[in-house]
Amino acid sequence: MTTGSFPLAVHCAGITKAYGAGDTKVQALRGVDLDVVAGELLMLVGPSGCGKTTLISIIAGILDQDDGECLLFGQNIVHFAPKERVVYRGLNIGFVFQSFNLIPTLTAAENVAIPLLINGITMAEAVERANARLAEVGLAGRELSLPTQLSGGQQQRVAIARALVHDPKLVVCDEPTSALDHETGLKVMETLKQLAVGQDRALVIVTHDARIFSFADRIAHMDDGRIVHIDASNPTGGVMKP
Amino acid sequence: MWKIALKMLLGERGKYLGIITGIALASVLMIQQPGILISIFSRTYSFITDVALPDIWVMDPMVQFIDDSQPMLDTQLYRVRGVQGVEWAVPLYKGNTRVRMGNGQLVTSNMLGLDDATLIGGPAIILEGRLADLRLPDSVIIDEAGAKGRLAKPSPVPGGKPVPLKVGDALEINDKRAVVVGIARATATFGSQPIIYTTFTRAKTYALSERKMLSYVLVKTKPEETVPAVAQRIIRETGMAARTAHEFKIMTLEYFRKNTSILTNFGFVVVVGFIVGAAVTGQIFYNFTLDNLRYFAVFKAMGATDRMLQGMILLQALLVGFVGFGLGAGVTSIFAAITQGGTGLSMTLNWQLLLGSAIAVAIIVLFAALISMRKVMKLEPAVVFK
Repeated sequence: MTTGSFPLAVHCAGITKAYGAGDTKVQALRGVDLDVVAGELLMLVGPSGCGKTTLISIIAGILDQDDGECLLFGQNIVHFAPKERVVYRGLNIGFVFQSFNLIPTLTAAENVAIPLLINGITMAEAVERANARLAEVGLAGRELSLPTQLSGGQQQRVAIARALVHDPKLVVCDEPTSALDHETGLKVMETLKQLAVGQDRALVIVTHDARIFSFADRIAHMDDGRIVHIDASNPTGGVMKP
Repeated sequence: MWKIALKMLLGERGKYLGIITGIALASVLMIQQPGILISIFSRTYSFITDVALPDIWVMDPMVQFIDDSQPMLDTQLYRVRGVQGVEWAVPLYKGNTRVRMGNGQLVTSNMLGLDDATLIGGPAIILEGRLADLRLPDSVIIDEAGAKGRLAKPSPVPGGKPVPLKVGDALEINDKRAVVVGIARATATFGSQPIIYTTFTRAKTYALSERKMLSYVLVKTKPEETVPAVAQRIIRETGMAARTAHEFKIMTLEYFRKNTSILTNFGFVVVVGFIVGAAVTGQIFYNFTLDNLRYFAVFKAMGATDRMLQGMILLQALLVGFVGFGLGAGVTSIFAAITQGGTGLSMTLNWQLLLGSAIAVAIIVLFAALISMRKVMKLEPAVVFK
């Protein structure tokens, strides 16, 4: 499945999701259709409670939709056995969180190494590759620092290194700059965009932060569980160029 | 991920120390209390253990335990000697007497009257003097704990430490003079009373007057005979009870078990130790897991399988269990070493006790791990975005 010369990283069609039941039922998604091509940086924006986080969770394979289908690189992982699905996620998806979620008792290098360790790489090799990733995000020399010894921007760069260390095909980011000041947020976005450059990886970012919209190739606006419109804000036609 | 699991645990130093302290305390309770119980129970039959030579103890059929000697006629000794298969048989007096101290205080003591000719039943370890010196006039041997403790002479200086009895000191036993000719090491008795060894004949003069003075007949069987067969023959031919040393120990132990609440009391403390240990450890470990729940969710989202996370939690639980039990067992061992040999509080540490308490600790940490695993297994990875 491709769009032009770019393969589809994510293909969502008719996704619905509700939480609760009866009087307490909340319809989070009401039939979302969305395609993300490899090499694209897509931002999901919208007011609180519009369903952004639910959609990104379904795209990342950590939440099941009620209806519709969501294909990742042409594969519907809902049909995978639970263990295969977990392994697929470990190999192909990277995560960046709003609150970094770095383990406070591990060094920066050990935090970055976690996806590799989960995928069965030995500690020595994982740390070596983690160190290389840390250097790429500008944190050479801080490999042995604990998260508490790093600034917010540095911690988010460690989180970016962790999301990319195993070369995933899809990176999902939840409000990656909301805990950072403007200048630091821009630097983090530059790092994220710079390292995501390539034709074989897609980035989906959920954000409220209008200051970083300019980094997006396309922006999907959501409201009340639907995508109301999509802006192609980047003149490159929605594809990140090296 | 093992190293990550360990660093997550060890990095939270306060919680880690809290968990191992809980397990160590539970271990101390579960090792020390049964250890003291074993020590107390072993004291009930310590004299049978110390008198190692005879195969059979012959006694009045009404005897229920070692200190419950029911005196027999002296002629029973000769009847036992006449039973086929008996290599030798010697008399033993076991009873209580009172020693008058220099300040007029009377101290009740165990008196053992050994066969005059062979001195069989005497202490195995003589610290001062010689066992054969019991053949000297008015001679007695005192056990070390008694000589240093309840039979020690009052200090010549007011408020000073008592002076231990030593060879050559004189005692007044039942208004008769006795001279200490030796100090021996004996296993402490249940009542922690001093032990006075003398000959069977002299014991009759020191003991409170009774018509019959033969407490036990100690019997060695001939090599070609089996002990149970000779015991049955003695029972049949003398009408007395004849028990092997092991049977007599079990009988004594059973008497104390049935007629005292010691087992119940100590058992209660052990059960409380187990429950408190499980509750404290389970709670702290569970809280530790709850505090790390967000990170476990991150691991799940990143592709960690349930088995991987279970292994991490199990490793953390086993480590705290191992370290906590090691600390608890170490502290208890030091306590056991310090109190060993005295007449006061002491405990016996054996491999069965350590194994049992290790299993109990393993159950505690596995319980703690299970409730933590349950929480992690039910965790939805989608919470990472909340």
